[in-house]
Amino acid sequence: MNAGPMRAGSRLERVLRSGRFAVTAELDAPDSADPNDVYQNALVLAEVCDAINATDGAGANCHMSSMGCCALLVRAGYEAILQVGCRDRNRIAIQGDLLGAAAMGVKNVLCLTGDDVSAGDQPEAKRVFDLDSIQLLQVARMMRDQGVLLSGRKLRTPPKFFLGAVENPFAPPLDWRPLRLEKKVRAGAEFIQTQYCFDVPRLQQFMRRVRDLGLHEKVYILVGVGPLRSHKAAEFMRDRVPGVWIPDDVIQRMAKTPKAQQAEEGKRICVEIIQQVREIEGVAGVHVMAYRQEEAVAEVIQRAGLLPRQPRVPRFAIPSDEGQGLQRSPQDARQEVAQLSALASEPASANASVQNGRL
Amino acid sequence: MVARMKEARRMPGAEWLKNHPRWLERIYLWTKRFVVRAYPLMKRINPRFANWLMVRSEEALKGWAFNCQMCGQCILHSTGMTCPMNCPKNLRNGPCGGVRPNGHCEVIPDMPCVWVQAWERSRSMLIFADEIKVIQPPVNRTLQGASAWVTMIEGHDVQTPHGWAMAARQEVER
Repeated sequence: MNAGPMRAGSRLERVLRSGRFAVTAELDAPDSADPNDVYQNALVLAEVCDAINATDGAGANCHMSSMGCCALLVRAGYEAILQVGCRDRNRIAIQGDLLGAAAMGVKNVLCLTGDDVSAGDQPEAKRVFDLDSIQLLQVARMMRDQGVLLSGRKLRTPPKFFLGAVENPFAPPLDWRPLRLEKKVRAGAEFIQTQYCFDVPRLQQFMRRVRDLGLHEKVYILVGVGPLRSHKAAEFMRDRVPGVWIPDDVIQRMAKTPKAQQAEEGKRICVEIIQQVREIEGVAGVHVMAYRQEEAVAEVIQRAGLLPRQPRVPRFAIPSDEGQGLQRSPQDARQEVAQLSALASEPASANASVQNGRL
Repeated sequence: MVARMKEARRMPGAEWLKNHPRWLERIYLWTKRFVVRAYPLMKRINPRFANWLMVRSEEALKGWAFNCQMCGQCILHSTGMTCPMNCPKNLRNGPCGGVRPNGHCEVIPDMPCVWVQAWERSRSMLIFADEIKVIQPPVNRTLQGASAWVTMIEGHDVQTPHGWAMAARQEVER
């Protein structure tokens, strides 16, 4: 794969460029102001994936912001992917957030349009959609490569980002989706995470077209997968979650399974899909999503034979002094996360310890 | 249940016209040729009246045909003669990932997705079929309510933010 020079040197970028099959996972942002809730989820995911997506108001439901989650993840030395949606912020806020995120040490950014407010728990809200996802991508790339804001004002230090976008190969207009992907690549996408894949033949069809366009040489495609919890959950996702396509044979397979074994069957389906997807030329990895089932995500990744993934040890350090922070052994990781979250709730003392770590 | 967003207005006759975009392509070119000559003359006689006339006639005609939202920077010929501002998310570069399996909108289940229609219609166009692949710049919100013909003649609709223009130039060089 020839995808130009190294952009941000993030761990995800290095894994993808090395040609290893990458795994990313989605962190469910908590409805909480307690950093420990983020770390609890991250701890499970970090050991089984190369980077953790922090969702930005997924499904238009209000949770802790992607910024907040990423700040906590980066502070603990985890590899975070900042999700930036266009639903809630205009171009001024988005550019400011991108600078802030880069300053905190976030190196991966996923640009997306975002679910409409009507899908969420506060449908009375105003929808913003000042930019769309492709414009957002180009704005982020412009900040990185040209080192300017949209107005043309120069940035003293441009952000370094590995830029991602999303695609849904399973939603109409099916014949346009590969061309839309091409548009996203032109706008600056360097990796792609797709919507949930439950229909491998449809993905194969999409990937055939992508290869015809030569896009698999220009962009790393990570296919979205996830375990279904039950037959009911599958039907809910099909009917109520925008953009999720689950074919009838998958639904029937879940329905035929006795209730007590449905979660197990869901994981089995997911493992099978991962194994089939791995065989498709041009697929660079998988993106595992499961709402509030971190353990199931870890199990699926393990059973699909995608381990080990060399988890990075959490450490005390500010992001800029990479590698110089106080290193801890993996055994202390859990204890350290508890300390870290205690510190995070007291900004002054957290700063002091960061300073100590630096010295 | 919370009140749903209203479906885009569909006027009698307009749907037929939009489903035959080859006619609209020609109408677009003729109108452009006419307006580019007529507007400067009208402006010389009475600038305020000229502008008023353009805005009102655009509101009426494009409102009937396309449910025009008067964004003031028309890209209809690049989007299969389907107005992208009718998309509840105002997307100008293609569909979102939430399009329903039947090709309807995620937000307004009764409405066919603007971009599904745009794609189908663009396939039957002759002159501007491939313009749908162009990356559209961010919307200039200050042009809301202006006549797109006037902004086109005066060149305001193609003025992108300075940074965007820099990035676009680099794109061309590449």
